[in-house]
Amino acid sequence: MRAQIEGSQAVAEAVVLCRPEVIAAYPISPQTHIVERLSRMVKQGDAGRCQYLNVESEFAALSVLIGASAAGARTYTATTSQGLLFMAEAVYNAAGLGLPIVMTIANRAVGAPINIWNDHSDSMALRDAGWIQLYAETNQEAADLHIQAFQLAEQLSSPVMVCMDGYILTHAYEPVDVPDQNLVDAFLPPFSPVQVLDPSDPISIGSMVGPEAFTEVKYLAYQQQLRALALVPEVAGDFERQFHRLSGGLCTPYRMEDADIAVIALGSVIGTIKDAVDELRLEGIAAGCVKIGCYRPFPSLQLRAALEGVSRAIVVEKDLAVGMGGIVSVDIRMALQGSAVPVHTVIAGLGGRSISIASLKRMVIEARAERLNEPHFLDLNTTVIDAEQSRRREQRRAGPVAEQVLRAVNAIGARTT
Amino acid sequence: MMQVRIHGRGGQGVVTAAELLSMAAFTDGRYAQAFPSFGSERMGAPVTAFCRIDERVIRTREAVTQPDVVIVQDPTLLHQVDVFGGLSTQGYVLINSTRSVEELGLDEFLNTFPHGHVCVVPAGDIGVKHMKRPIANTPLLGGFAAATGAIKIESVVSAIRQKFPGSLGARNADAAREAHDLVVSRLRDDKGVLHARAN
Repeated sequence: MRAQIEGSQAVAEAVVLCRPEVIAAYPISPQTHIVERLSRMVKQGDAGRCQYLNVESEFAALSVLIGASAAGARTYTATTSQGLLFMAEAVYNAAGLGLPIVMTIANRAVGAPINIWNDHSDSMALRDAGWIQLYAETNQEAADLHIQAFQLAEQLSSPVMVCMDGYILTHAYEPVDVPDQNLVDAFLPPFSPVQVLDPSDPISIGSMVGPEAFTEVKYLAYQQQLRALALVPEVAGDFERQFHRLSGGLCTPYRMEDADIAVIALGSVIGTIKDAVDELRLEGIAAGCVKIGCYRPFPSLQLRAALEGVSRAIVVEKDLAVGMGGIVSVDIRMALQGSAVPVHTVIAGLGGRSISIASLKRMVIEARAERLNEPHFLDLNTTVIDAEQSRRREQRRAGPVAEQVLRAVNAIGARTT
Repeated sequence: MMQVRIHGRGGQGVVTAAELLSMAAFTDGRYAQAFPSFGSERMGAPVTAFCRIDERVIRTREAVTQPDVVIVQDPTLLHQVDVFGGLSTQGYVLINSTRSVEELGLDEFLNTFPHGHVCVVPAGDIGVKHMKRPIANTPLLGGFAAATGAIKIESVVSAIRQKFPGSLGARNADAAREAHDLVVSRLRDDKGVLHARAN
């Protein structure tokens, strides 16, 4: 039923529609509303025979699910930021053991400095842990991707992260059509594991593997994840037939047919970029945009095809590889290997900074005029940067950076919200 | 598209107000999007929440910097935070206060707005009357419906009842209705800047 609800509620309801059997989670903003709602639904008996475990940490949450999944249960958790990093060891283990766990990442910055707001630093840090990574543009897509995620995970015996922007999506109220149970049941059959711990038919899972076989096991994992490049669009297609709307997929172009310049991004900023593209079009600039819906495995060929014909590409990414620059833009350059299309890296929206249509339009115009730095930091306050850098040059004992920058920003912008 | 920015302090139901507004707009058959601002979250700290209402799908996620409507739940913010920043000159202002625009020191600025676009509503007092606490968010939503005509008061009431079942919802709904009726009656007088003060 279509309703005006919070993103977290939509996701919790979608997860319950998938009939999970074990949920283990540890609350952390901005994931909290999802797991609070799930725990209430389980307690009230609205989630069938699902068990909800209130664990002592994120590490425990995923460790519990590794056990439950290996015993044949459909499992789910959610986390973010420091919580994801705290469970990092188990994140790799879940993938290495081929367990189809589904986890929501309510994307949030990673400290220090501590910041509870949105960017993609957390899921990007674990992009190569062996999980499939999907990114949602809207709350409708976030809800739908969870239904698709269980399907993908169980077909591939691979865990899936559904990444949705913290606060921007998790705490946003917007219309979401939460599907009917019978439609979800028809789309997602009960979990039939390829490996299961069963006392009546004992097996080992998690053996130590030495140099004689480790490469082969890893190669098979690599091949297995690449299968998702065919399966993700197939599942999105099945989903569209069943639910009559487009959600998911590898990458989705917008006004790219005759685009001269493409903006590439992941997640909820795609909506803002689409509005910026429309305004640029009215001003005579042939802009388009490409949404990366599936980031791992990385759809190189599909992105290369989507970018065919553009003379310039800008990657807007909510992350920063200190000592390198962009993360997604490096992958895009790989995908465009051999082509002469310049690829710009734009770091934007770090720690919850609002990405405005005006800034995005300015970015496109500056890129066309070859005036973007590499990497370019969107809306960087250079006054504060210059003041802090000169202050640090002048005194050895300059003190902590974060506190000084906060003081400088407050002195400059005391009357802004 | 109508863009609304709501100012208050942590604990005053600022985010809830934006959510309720979006639910009311949805009930009216519009597209709506509500979301909190991205600043420190703690009791008493200035908090901002946003709501967009449109006839078509809303895609942008940027913070509202050029609002059509500003709602101020806590008048102590008026001279502390730039609550009117970017506000359209044809926009609407709703302020929770028992004082007049002159007493608030805002007459010079607010007198430039169109007739009936500025409402100072004793929302906190209405909250005390119905809920024994100076809850201003739901009364101000009633005032919003009356002043702007952008949503129906029935939709505001149904959003409140949906979010807060039982007597809490009923009392909040009564408070919203009272503020709505107060603003409607003052609008009938049409004296330019609207001092919807309780008698």
